Amino acid sequence: MSLGALVTAALAAVAIVASRGLRQRAQAVVLPIATGVLLLALWHLWAESTRYQIATPGEPVRTVEVFPTPERTLVAFRELLSDGRLVRYSIASLFRVAVGFLLAAAIGIPLGLWAGWSTRASYSINPFVQALRPISPLAWIPIATLAFGIRDEAAIFIIFLGSFFPIVTGTMTAVRSMPVAYVRSAHNFGLRKFELLAHVVFPAALPQIITSLRIALGVAWLVIVAAEMNAIQSGLGFLIVDARNMGMRYDLVVAAMLVIGAIGIGLDFLVRRLERIDSVRWGFTKE
Amino acid sequence: MSAPNAAAGDPKVVVRGLSKRFRRGREEMLVLDAIDLEIARGEFVCILGPSGCGKSTLLNLLGGFEEADAGTILIDGEKVTRPDPRRIFVFQDYGIFPWATVRENIALGLLRRPAKEREEIVARYVELIGLQGFEDSYPGELSGGMKQRVAVARALAVSPEIVFMDEPLGALDSLTRLSMRRELLRIWQRERMTIALVTHDVDESLQLADRVVVMTSRPGRIAGIVPVALPHPRDPGSPAYNALKRQLFELLGVRADV
Repeated sequence: MSLGALVTAALAAVAIVASRGLRQRAQAVVLPIATGVLLLALWHLWAESTRYQIATPGEPVRTVEVFPTPERTLVAFRELLSDGRLVRYSIASLFRVAVGFLLAAAIGIPLGLWAGWSTRASYSINPFVQALRPISPLAWIPIATLAFGIRDEAAIFIIFLGSFFPIVTGTMTAVRSMPVAYVRSAHNFGLRKFELLAHVVFPAALPQIITSLRIALGVAWLVIVAAEMNAIQSGLGFLIVDARNMGMRYDLVVAAMLVIGAIGIGLDFLVRRLERIDSVRWGFTKE
Repeated sequence: MSAPNAAAGDPKVVVRGLSKRFRRGREEMLVLDAIDLEIARGEFVCILGPSGCGKSTLLNLLGGFEEADAGTILIDGEKVTRPDPRRIFVFQDYGIFPWATVRENIALGLLRRPAKEREEIVARYVELIGLQGFEDSYPGELSGGMKQRVAVARALAVSPEIVFMDEPLGALDSLTRLSMRRELLRIWQRERMTIALVTHDVDESLQLADRVVVMTSRPGRIAGIVPVALPHPRDPGSPAYNALKRQLFELLGVRADV
């Protein structure tokens, strides 16, 4: 078993070295697979090396695994899938992220547009946004628990904080960096306040707003785990804490971690699709 | 100076004693020094000068985007204090919106018109600039010349009395620039609005303008105003054209030969 892993790791390493000779398109396929295989093999070897045996007189020898191997993790993944926890907890986490993130966008985008546009609004809001921004959302967990109790609202509040600041700051910067000719043209053609916002300021800022949404969603998903570790009874973060506390199930811990990673990629992919909307594509292509 | 600065006919624009300073830190720079100028109704005026001579500042003041430190600008006897849809400014870059299609860009000044009227006007100006079939394209999909044509169409769609152009052809390659000049003249001869165009290209000013306002820098002053009484199309090889060209170079204080 261990020898097999060693051989696999060696083969993967050789494939990485040998791929220099391949065309770029072939490299794009071979390299990620080879690196993945290499990582899996190393993971396996390392997990096996931490295994130890306990010999108690009068009892059969017991093997204790400290770290789960990839195989064990796969089994744990199947377990989570079949007992329904995987879907249930993923939905619970995604729900909290969705509510917190959408709330942050609903408040952050208008606030950012306003603070980017009006100097007075910027003077009033910006110092506090900038002062609160460097505080990790995790630092708010005690306050959130105090305010909302051990409920969804507490986790949603943490998510909200994590997404809010990148969105406000990104939107504000987007409006401020708008070329002056856009606004001058709009004034020149006699656009009124609301028309200016709808036809010029918002669309001009939209590509950068989308980028800030992408960052914000990444942060939201990053902090969900910590937000749910705080005694909430569902979600992928809860699963991780619960699996450890209830019987040292590190195989479940690692399986949950991998699911979190996969969903994170999925979320990022979804936001990136926004970049392809016709009216924002200009902001993502270099001429 | 007042005689050559006066427009031939009924003046549309009257500039008197216009001065503008820029402050950078403690330094103060006189960008425009007591400019006097008149532009007649329906006239095509080019403001020619080297970069940094304040010609763009003058145009920005005329457009109502900046405030003068001294002097007045009257358009139809009315003091200019802010931009107005009756006088449209065409920018070199960033004038048209990259997030909007050609159709939406041209319709910018027509937002409050009924949809049907708006569509008719847009169709008319799309045809005028020869961009049929590109109505739903985004600026990013167009060439530099096409983009500039959209900017012109957007300006004309609101039937402005004056069009201000700040180096509108500056970003184009020299061949496209030539054909755009021809196009600009064709449109002007048809619509007969007043045009003030800023350029640093001597040939451009000579091929387009009824009068060329020559500016020199630091501080920005009018060195002279040269009427170009040649009929269109203007042949850059003709002796009359070259005599004028020499005159412009002299006013600019630059030698024409290399």
